[in-house]
Amino acid sequence: MGAPGCFAVPLCPEAFRGFSLSLNQPTLIQIESVSKQYGSAHDGVLALDDVTLDVRAGEFLSIIGPSGCGKSTLLKMIGDLLAPNNGQIHIDQKSPADSRRARECGIVFQSPTLMEWRTITRNIELPLEVAGVPRREREARARELLDLIRLSDFAERYPHELSAGMQMQVAIARALAPRPAILLLDEPFGALDELTRERLGHELLDVWTHTRVTIVFITHSVGEAVRLSDRIAVMSARPGRIENIIDIDLPRPRTTEIRDLPRYWDLLRQVRVALHLSGNGNGKVA
Amino acid sequence: MTRTQAKHWIRAYVQYLLIPFALVLFLLLWNTIVVVNQYPSFILPTPRQVAGAWLVNWQNGIIPRHLALTLFEIGLGFSIALAFAASVGYLLAKSPLLEKIISPYIIATQSIPIIAIAPLVIIWINTGPIQNAVIAALITFFPMLVNTIVGIRSVRHEYRDLMRSYAASRWQVFTKLEVPAALPIFFGGVRVGITLSVIGVIVVELLWADRGLGFLLNFARGQLDTPLLFAAVATLSAMAITLYLAVVLLERILIRWRRTVQ
Repeated sequence: MGAPGCFAVPLCPEAFRGFSLSLNQPTLIQIESVSKQYGSAHDGVLALDDVTLDVRAGEFLSIIGPSGCGKSTLLKMIGDLLAPNNGQIHIDQKSPADSRRARECGIVFQSPTLMEWRTITRNIELPLEVAGVPRREREARARELLDLIRLSDFAERYPHELSAGMQMQVAIARALAPRPAILLLDEPFGALDELTRERLGHELLDVWTHTRVTIVFITHSVGEAVRLSDRIAVMSARPGRIENIIDIDLPRPRTTEIRDLPRYWDLLRQVRVALHLSGNGNGKVA
Repeated sequence: MTRTQAKHWIRAYVQYLLIPFALVLFLLLWNTIVVVNQYPSFILPTPRQVAGAWLVNWQNGIIPRHLALTLFEIGLGFSIALAFAASVGYLLAKSPLLEKIISPYIIATQSIPIIAIAPLVIIWINTGPIQNAVIAALITFFPMLVNTIVGIRSVRHEYRDLMRSYAASRWQVFTKLEVPAALPIFFGGVRVGITLSVIGVIVVELLWADRGLGFLLNFARGQLDTPLLFAAVATLSAMAITLYLAVVLLERILIRWRRTVQ
């Protein structure tokens, strides 16, 4: 670990807090004691149990937890792809269904789910096409997004001609095309190799800074969550519950040098403890 | 052009030349067998006799007339089957309940040899060409139906979720997701279907019709006009191959993105 001298900001907690722009922002997504059960009431599986969580406007919130803790379920309920059995979700005072009809959420799944019969440009245009945006406007928006993700050279290629990482970038660009207020990402980098994953994480931060979209990001990776997020909601499995919410008071913009900060390792340990991956207090980080 | 490039080019060129060369070799061999064994033409005519019979019957309008009718029957039968397979297939793919109720009957009808139903069709429908078309449609229907169902079912759930998140209408889901996604599998059924349509029409014409290429085969057999029989078979094969290639061409045009896969 290098000395934490690479940042031009004084390394005191107050300064860190100043960087978290979303801290005093109003709540955008309100999740109130939401439960979700799959199957019947008797022999079903309780996927989520009494989950309450607020997502602030403009923040980067990660949800982390073991497999089967219902984090994808939670994300799908925000996007109105699933309905909760109990509890309520409000997105900007609206129901998820109204929010979906207003096209407020862009969704990215673990696989890029690009339409293999459409070129990259036409893939990015798809949500706009569905929304009835005129052709010229669509094309201009697609060009703009391709510039943003630096894939303009691939505009007329088909998805299978791109690497897995590029395909994921296109999927994110496509989700951003209708300028959604919220971007829901369901383990988008889970299937990528470590290097690509880290690069795309930084690209995502760029995009986030650029668009100020609110991000709900689901991940398995503790490091990724700490590097990217303003806050991390840690979930437990079966039934899925919010175990802890951890503020990530690291300075932004976050570069790879973030690992030089002792605070980074401290937060990493906190998340691991909350996930019951590390023993409490002995400071071991695997 | 470099030397290696030239070599590649010559090799490719020679390969294409070999295809007609094989045909010429086959015809020569055929001719030799007839000449050496001194077969009479009603047992095995020479290629030259077959070509002569074809030319005469093309020019006097017999082959074109029968070919046109057979083509019409195939076209009609295939279209009927296509329309029903696509619409019923889509409904069954979208409604598991409907599929549960209907599919046993569809499978049951498939276990009956369709030709066995043909007499019934002939009683019900008076017009010969329409009879043949309907029987061809019955034979063609099933594989196209199955491929439609499999094609629509092959659309992964995430894609449907994606369209839902765009607040897409049913029609938009149909045109922008289901149709293009199902097309490659659907066309697998169409390829089989067009071949079955040809077989269906010819078989029925052979058995009952008084017109069409199948009838011409039967007629030539009755007359022991083996050169005409060969000429009819050649016409039939050329037609079947052309139809199949037309389907393949259409598939290539509609599924352009696939060509870049390899």
